[in-house]
Amino acid sequence: MKLTGAQIMMKVLKEEGVDTIFGYPGGAVIDIYDELEKTDIRHILVRQEACAVHAADGYARAGSRVGVCLVTSGPGATNTVSGIASAYMDSIPVVIFTGQVPTHLIGNDAFQEVDTVGITRPCTKHNYLVKRTEDLARIIKEGFMIAKSGRPGPVLIDIPKNVGATAVDYKPVKKVNLKSYNPTYSPNVKQLHKVVELIKNANKPMIFAGGGVILSGAAKELTELARKTQVPVTTSLMGLGGFPGTDPLWLGMIGMHGTYRANMCSGECDLLIGIGVRFDDRVTGKTDVFAANAKIVHIDIDPTSIRKNIPVTAPVVGDCKITLAKLNQLLNKEDLGDLKKKRKKWFDQIQRWVAKQPLAYKQENIIKPQYVVEMLYKMTKGKAIITTEVGQNQMWAAQYYHFDKPNHFITSGGLGCMGFGLPAAIGAQLACPDKLVVDVAGDGSIQMNIQEMTTAVQCGLPIKIVILNNGYLGMVRQWQQLFFNKCYAATCLDCAPDFVKLAEAYGAEGLRATKPEDVETVLKKGLASKNTVIMDFQVDREECVYPMVPAGAPVTEMLLV
Amino acid sequence: MIEEKHILSILVDNEPGVLSRIAGLFSGRGFNIESLCVAETLDPQVSRVTLVTNGNPPIIEQIEKQLNKLINVIKVHDLTGKEYVKREMALIKVVAKSEHRAEILRTVDIFRCKVVDVSSEHYTIEVTGDEEKMKAILNLLKPMGIKEIARTGMIALFRNSK
Ligand SMILES: Cc1ncc(C[n+]2csc(CCOP(=O)(O)OP(=O)(O)O)c2C)c(N)n1
Ligand SMILES: [Mg+2]
Repeated sequence: MKLTGAQIMMKVLKEEGVDTIFGYPGGAVIDIYDELEKTDIRHILVRQEACAVHAADGYARAGSRVGVCLVTSGPGATNTVSGIASAYMDSIPVVIFTGQVPTHLIGNDAFQEVDTVGITRPCTKHNYLVKRTEDLARIIKEGFMIAKSGRPGPVLIDIPKNVGATAVDYKPVKKVNLKSYNPTYSPNVKQLHKVVELIKNANKPMIFAGGGVILSGAAKELTELARKTQVPVTTSLMGLGGFPGTDPLWLGMIGMHGTYRANMCSGECDLLIGIGVRFDDRVTGKTDVFAANAKIVHIDIDPTSIRKNIPVTAPVVGDCKITLAKLNQLLNKEDLGDLKKKRKKWFDQIQRWVAKQPLAYKQENIIKPQYVVEMLYKMTKGKAIITTEVGQNQMWAAQYYHFDKPNHFITSGGLGCMGFGLPAAIGAQLACPDKLVVDVAGDGSIQMNIQEMTTAVQCGLPIKIVILNNGYLGMVRQWQQLFFNKCYAATCLDCAPDFVKLAEAYGAEGLRATKPEDVETVLKKGLASKNTVIMDFQVDREECVYPMVPAGAPVTEMLLV
Repeated sequence: MIEEKHILSILVDNEPGVLSRIAGLFSGRGFNIESLCVAETLDPQVSRVTLVTNGNPPIIEQIEKQLNKLINVIKVHDLTGKEYVKREMALIKVVAKSEHRAEILRTVDIFRCKVVDVSSEHYTIEVTGDEEKMKAILNLLKPMGIKEIARTGMIALFRNSK
């Protein structure tokens, strides 16, 4: 049977179970779009290509599947780079198809030609330039497999126009066979026995979990481990929701804007069990004193994460879910003794830290951004999917919305890419049509991809955008306030659009709160709406996120409220 | 921690772009490349990259892990500390004044090198050997005036087949 590259692509996408593609057309992908139109795959027309990737990222996270994008060559491809880099840093499975100029023009500086594979090599898990239509089916299969297996990540497939248009004999590819790619899922049992001993002997243990727990679907196993061994749990930003945020063992997030107790615990603990984390500098602060009194267990599927930033007592390479399940099995056979008694001193200490510095802010006669997130948490009963932009808004969302379930907090963690939240919310809402999806936004970030309001309205998505409008690039202003003598260079946004009118211009709803007593009313009305809604909360302009660990300082040395 | 030279023997898919993945990994992560050699193996689908780098033990561990993480990398061997043979080849164009010619030829003889090209002003000498031998002959030839030099970089193999 003779099929064109574009037809083959559709066949393989269907085989991979793709039901939604985020994209933006152009000359180099016009053949592919022509075929796509004939399938039942839903195409979401974003309004800028980075958002195709961010939306696919949100779709992948909220729906626990692979997100798919399709964009044209040249500018279409270059626009995707921020989205790809963000997905790469956060290990999100996304497959990006880019059009390319025809093979005979490659290297000629043809119209809308860029070296897409060259540009994206350092920010993809893998990428391909497809030179022959005969290779297309195999490459797409490999791409999906690579994107979702092991430590997931984005895979880019660059398809020259003629490769999509040429017809060849199509032979379905049944099995992917990559001799050099074989991620380790099952942990070394000997290492796990070591971990069991370490847990048994620890007096002041803590668990530090991250995005790996969410990605491997290990939240249940993690919760079982923590409760069984009575070990308190913190997570990185990426790990929020991997452990119930309302559990008594929950310490709050760790790191630069982590809770006082979580950060102090890391300084005091004698055993730190890292699970699906990479010990990022925003977590560890000054690395050579991080968890200085602790033996460290590090469980991760990516061997390069282990001992990259900090020395480890017991490295375990493996998938978090499989590893924790095995670890729990081993622990079930152990007599752990009276853990409540054994841990009493440790828990008492933690309680003293909580009492000394609870997560708090001063309530004044002006809307506090933290209050908005707190109210949002209360009014959504903690059940919403929260996406965020980047900056203070992101940190307040992380601190004051308590996540009980995985895949409910969707943020650009590793890259910190402003403009992520709105397109990610679009993706999340499409993956979970019955969920309430809220983008907690800053007035700066929301303007980076505000054009996606059109996408949301066009698709009839009832996403809610909560702008914590402080009239500043707040997080940068905070650094200027604390470390640069309040010289607010280039961070004041006092020339801003009227977000309510802007919402209306996009065909959405706009609401505004200017006083604390408006907050509840606006949230109530906004959250109840069936439309896309922007809620503009005019918050205290110079509020700061606390605690704060200055960059490069030990995490136990925090600036406090 | 002490920095040490390591010779990595890396089997990779013989595909366009693989070398730039490796080079990009080294430049992007601030690792060192002292020398690098690539050529096809007996299997035309596989190439061997011999790469000399230096770093302290954790850096070397990272380099190996990061290389292994590349989809096109099939196998990474660190030869350092193992039984292996290594060779490098150099072409050295040395100024051959008449009063030096005899001495140059004697040196070539002692080191079992070859003169592969002769002109009125230069000899071009082919040397094969390990680093020590390279260093030694370069030291001896330097006083005569070395015009140009081209080196292949180190290649190496395990003594026992692996
Ligand atoms: C694309 C991009 N550019 C610049 C930055 C640097 N940056 C980090 S936070 C921030 C301020 C964000 O302002 P806003 O969205 O208003 O959030 P706020 O901190 O005020 O809540 C900036 C500029 C970034 N993270 N991403
Ligand atoms: Mg702001």
